[in-house]
Amino acid sequence: MSTATNKVVDERLFEVGELTRVEGEGSLRLRVRDGEVVEARLGIFETPRYFEQLVVGRTPDEVIDMVARICGICPVAYQMSAVHAFEDLFGIHVDPSARALRRLFYCGEWIESHALHIYLLHAPDFLGYPSAIHMAADHRPLVEQALRMKKAGNQLVTILGGRPIHPVSVRVGGWSHAPRVAELRDHRPALEEGLAFAQETVKIVAGFTMPAFAREPRFVSLRHAAEYPFSDGRIVSSDGIDLAPSAWRDAFQEIQVEGSNALHARSLDGKGPYLVGPAARVALAGDQLHPLAKEALAASGYAKVIRTNIYASIVARAVELVHAFAEAIDIIDAYRRPSETLVPWQSRPGVAAWATEAPRGLLFHRYEVDEAGRIKSAQIVPPTSQNQAAIEADLVVAAKEVLEMPHEAATIRLEQMIRSYDPCISCATHFLDLTIEED
Amino acid sequence: MASNAPVTARPRVGVVKFASCDGCQLTLLDLEDELLAVVDHFEIVDFPEATSSRSPGPYDVLFVEGSVSEPAHLERIVELRKQTRHLVTIGACATAGGIQALRNWADHDAFRAAVYTNPEWVHSLARSTPIAEHVTVDAELRGCPIDPGQLVELLTALTTGRRPQLRDEAVCMECKRRGVVCVMVSKGISCLGQVTQTGCGAICPRFGRGCYGCFGPREQANAAGLTRHLQMAGDRPREEVGRLFAGFTAYSEPFRSMVTELGGTRTGRTGGGSDVAATTGGKP
Repeated sequence: MSTATNKVVDERLFEVGELTRVEGEGSLRLRVRDGEVVEARLGIFETPRYFEQLVVGRTPDEVIDMVARICGICPVAYQMSAVHAFEDLFGIHVDPSARALRRLFYCGEWIESHALHIYLLHAPDFLGYPSAIHMAADHRPLVEQALRMKKAGNQLVTILGGRPIHPVSVRVGGWSHAPRVAELRDHRPALEEGLAFAQETVKIVAGFTMPAFAREPRFVSLRHAAEYPFSDGRIVSSDGIDLAPSAWRDAFQEIQVEGSNALHARSLDGKGPYLVGPAARVALAGDQLHPLAKEALAASGYAKVIRTNIYASIVARAVELVHAFAEAIDIIDAYRRPSETLVPWQSRPGVAAWATEAPRGLLFHRYEVDEAGRIKSAQIVPPTSQNQAAIEADLVVAAKEVLEMPHEAATIRLEQMIRSYDPCISCATHFLDLTIEED
Repeated sequence: MASNAPVTARPRVGVVKFASCDGCQLTLLDLEDELLAVVDHFEIVDFPEATSSRSPGPYDVLFVEGSVSEPAHLERIVELRKQTRHLVTIGACATAGGIQALRNWADHDAFRAAVYTNPEWVHSLARSTPIAEHVTVDAELRGCPIDPGQLVELLTALTTGRRPQLRDEAVCMECKRRGVVCVMVSKGISCLGQVTQTGCGAICPRFGRGCYGCFGPREQANAAGLTRHLQMAGDRPREEVGRLFAGFTAYSEPFRSMVTELGGTRTGRTGGGSDVAATTGGKP
């Protein structure tokens, strides 16, 4: 780097060409010149797959199968946002028991995804290993228990949907198949064991050394008056946004940002970046957590810290694991097979829109449906697109913390920070949009 | 397989991705009961989704997820092939082009322009194509996603140097073995089971649905026969039958011909856009 002046420029570049232990392909670039951050970027170079175009001309039920393939880690979330959007437009009310099964389905995915992220992707950062595989050499029982916990979530999705990745049974109007009471009861012991280990997990991750960090973001999540948010509630923010789950576009939009490969989501009020995901949910809907999860959060001593220290999102994720296990057990105990697994429905033209809470945060879908019941256009806004601006804002804050560190340690620390968001780049990528760098 | 000799004592294994959802490589991490045993037997030398510890090839075994979908992929897959003893494609994207191959019937430029304000900056190929269209593949695991049981079978076969025992028969056989009542006969539901390779365990029929072809066409699948049956006996409109084939393995023959003939994708245009892949494809 040279400049036209004779002034000595102190420039440091922290760069990771391909981020590891994240879903999909992304890069990290932080450039600091004379102590000032001149560039902070989470780059996304994953190949676009054009999902919004692929679904055009297809039926709502086909869309449910197709959008699952946006993400192998959170296919249930994609199916849930889509199915709720269509059911809202078509005026369908599913059987209460079918609704409970949808919550149970989401519990399974949250367990699988959170357990994967906490132990296989994020914990190695805190314990100083390049991977969970390396970590297992010193902490084998811990990794084995983590895998059993993850399996309990995957099995739950399998009981309901046939397989853990791209399950098949969610249909507009309910389910193509509902499990027998005994099938779910048989899984209860695995969930009880998982619950105990999830409670232990909160203690374990609360015991990790958290890097210093302080920035209170704007939080955005669903909030429901009577339950912890999965697929229902209102879109709320920590500064007063309050919208129907179909009305995301009333307060937010996607915009192109110079130098980024993905569209960023921003609020229309111009107040800047916002955060979605476990920390946002715990901050905005923590009063609706299961009593056991509330207890675990209080005992962790992290209730306040997770609002300002992004590294501590691992604690929020662990608290949500407790919630997901505890609620799954409650749902199974109260389960009766739906009287109507699949309610009959009629398509109607219009806009189908809905937001649900993917493991990584708010996931908004919007489809225009034509007279023939086919998709005319689609918009899908995944959590990582919404978090991207917040990630870059936090990179600026983190830069101050890492400047004194040796280069390699600093780079690892920045990667750890990005993993705190659990970014899902495969999800974000169907918005991939290369823009010209002005610098 | 190119060679059935067992791979070395602790084979060097890589896991890489092209255009995909990450679900098939996740299946490896979803082998909760076997994962730690797998890493005892195999040295994972590159698997960016799971480890920050990375080393370049050569690889004894390379699992390739995803389809060839952008210009940079063309060189990358050739380079990886050179470094690899056993190249194994995993999943519908790698083995069939994936759901993103539906764009192969569409006008790629129009697709880009619809999604992106500045389409000229998006580097994607007009067609999404399976890995085997570009390099020699030694073994494949089909499915969207792959089946964990088949993955374990393949890993076991690799350690012992035998051929993996993967069934090559229709999903219908799986239904019969499991005593699943035929959804097509009993409920009149359209089902691709008779033309689709088994491997999933007949999940869809077991869950009250028709098969939608995740594992792709089985050998000598009579897709035209099924089409005639659905149109005549089942009274299905032509385009509805087309959409049935226009799924996750649509670009595999004979499903591909059915989609081209019947329509079912958005534009209904016939496939095979001209791009770099089309002109430089083949097996080096």
